Amino acid sequence: MAVLLIAEHNNKELRPFTLNAATAASQIDSDVHAVIIGQNSADAAKQLSELPVVKKVLSVEGAHYENFTAENFAPVIVKLAENYSHIICSANTFGKNLMPRIAAHLDTSQVSDIIKVISPDTFLRPIYAGNAFATIKSNDVKKCVTIRPTSFDPCESTGGSAPIEKVDASEEFSNTKFIKREEIKSDRPELGTARIVVSGGRGMQSGDNFKLITEIADKLGAAIGASRAAVDAGYISNDHQVGQTGKVVVPDLYIAVGISGAIQHLAGMKESKVIVAINKDGEAPIFSVADYGLEADLFEALPQFMEELNKLNTIQK
Amino acid sequence: MKILVAVKRVIDYNVQIRVKEDGTGVVTDNVKMSTNPPDDNAIEEAVKIKEAGKATEVVAVTVGEEKAQETVRKALAVGADRGIHVKVDGVLEPLAVSKILQKIVDKEKPDLVFMGKQAIDDDCNQTGQMLSALLNWPQATFASKIDVKDNKLEVTREIDEGLETIEINVPAIVTCDLRLNEPRYASLPNIMKAKKKPIEEIAASDLGVDVSPRLEQLKVEEPPKRKAGIKVANVAELVQKLKNEAKVI
Repeated sequence: MAVLLIAEHNNKELRPFTLNAATAASQIDSDVHAVIIGQNSADAAKQLSELPVVKKVLSVEGAHYENFTAENFAPVIVKLAENYSHIICSANTFGKNLMPRIAAHLDTSQVSDIIKVISPDTFLRPIYAGNAFATIKSNDVKKCVTIRPTSFDPCESTGGSAPIEKVDASEEFSNTKFIKREEIKSDRPELGTARIVVSGGRGMQSGDNFKLITEIADKLGAAIGASRAAVDAGYISNDHQVGQTGKVVVPDLYIAVGISGAIQHLAGMKESKVIVAINKDGEAPIFSVADYGLEADLFEALPQFMEELNKLNTIQK
Repeated sequence: MKILVAVKRVIDYNVQIRVKEDGTGVVTDNVKMSTNPPDDNAIEEAVKIKEAGKATEVVAVTVGEEKAQETVRKALAVGADRGIHVKVDGVLEPLAVSKILQKIVDKEKPDLVFMGKQAIDDDCNQTGQMLSALLNWPQATFASKIDVKDNKLEVTREIDEGLETIEINVPAIVTCDLRLNEPRYASLPNIMKAKKKPIEEIAASDLGVDVSPRLEQLKVEEPPKRKAGIKVANVAELVQKLKNEAKVI
């Protein structure tokens, strides 16, 4: 039986992690169908049809799908699930919100946030904030699986030409009403996919001081991250949070500034290829995962860092 | 309005967990256990709503072994009115827990069910959504702000792109984010008082719910360790290493 991938999009285009989820889906079975549910989402559906790993696109349109409400999405997918062995989606807030609602309707025990497909019924997933890895075998007939997007490479985005089939909309769920979405717009790369991430913690002491990080991030073409402590203190908005309950990032370079390195933060960044820690407390746990540790006052180190970067002839982007 | 709050007992968030040598799980013997942190936020919010005169009763429920009752007792010490302990041995999957909670909801008929968005042990992030599916109720997940308005809630949700606000009709499920509020500490007098508050004990087997596992945990292992790094003496050395050794800038 084929695998059903749930596309994440903004009605205009696919969200990037749909490509990572498509890769995971194709590792389970080569017959991947993708469902896109939205309002005026034809362009995104076309994009989906161009992914070479996708063999068929199912498009569901309706005004009540405009804001991706799980209560409206779940019944559509539950109905489609009849023809599929697996339902796959990214384990970001979209998929985390939606998939368990589908799984419960299908009476299936969901496997959350997998980092590896071992076989079509067996998966590797982190538990305890990534301090242990569990190998999980699902004995359910239908498997609902969310994937950790940063653990799978994005699939090719062009070259395919899957047929797009219309599917009837389901009824509207009237007890949930969308009011507004406040998206923080930024010219910087997205935190989840950036090649370099510069993150600040409680050591930054104020939101204003984050400009020291912003400068360096601009210079490096990096995304800006933060520890939970910095978000809780109001220095920066929640969409920057890296950690167990925030985002998981695996950039080529992660620079942690004024972050002590609680287990919950390490969970979100310790798979990064190169980790730099700048902290004045030489005993801070962040140094235990850092490739390069600098024990220094960040208010002296960051301006110097900027100066040193300015001296370089070239900086990789 | 009556609020049911589900709480789970987990290894304390400050404990560095250890994987058992035989690969069957993590060591829990002689390890400090606590209430799952966002479940504390869920209790706090329910108690605050009651204190604001917008709820009449807060009932704390847990599903778990004998000692899981500690988490209910703690909820009672910070303001919940009474508790329910659904006794079951071993680890249940979120699907089974949500089926048990559905039975408790049928019995208690709360207007709202609150719980943490995720348990920090299995990191599944499923139970609230599953329960709302089983009840066909609205779900407001990852809540960082809740406004109670008559028979509606306006909830601000933390999503990857920023914040989203939705309005849900009661009855409804809310899963709570850590930024929803600052959980209070229980005072000694309140801890003493909590000992007199009632906790109803129910055997999971009496609820007629199939809780048999669907998943097999074949192995639990330590994640690959990172190679130990080096300390650099100054910023110039750091930038030089990043440029010429790691070649990342």
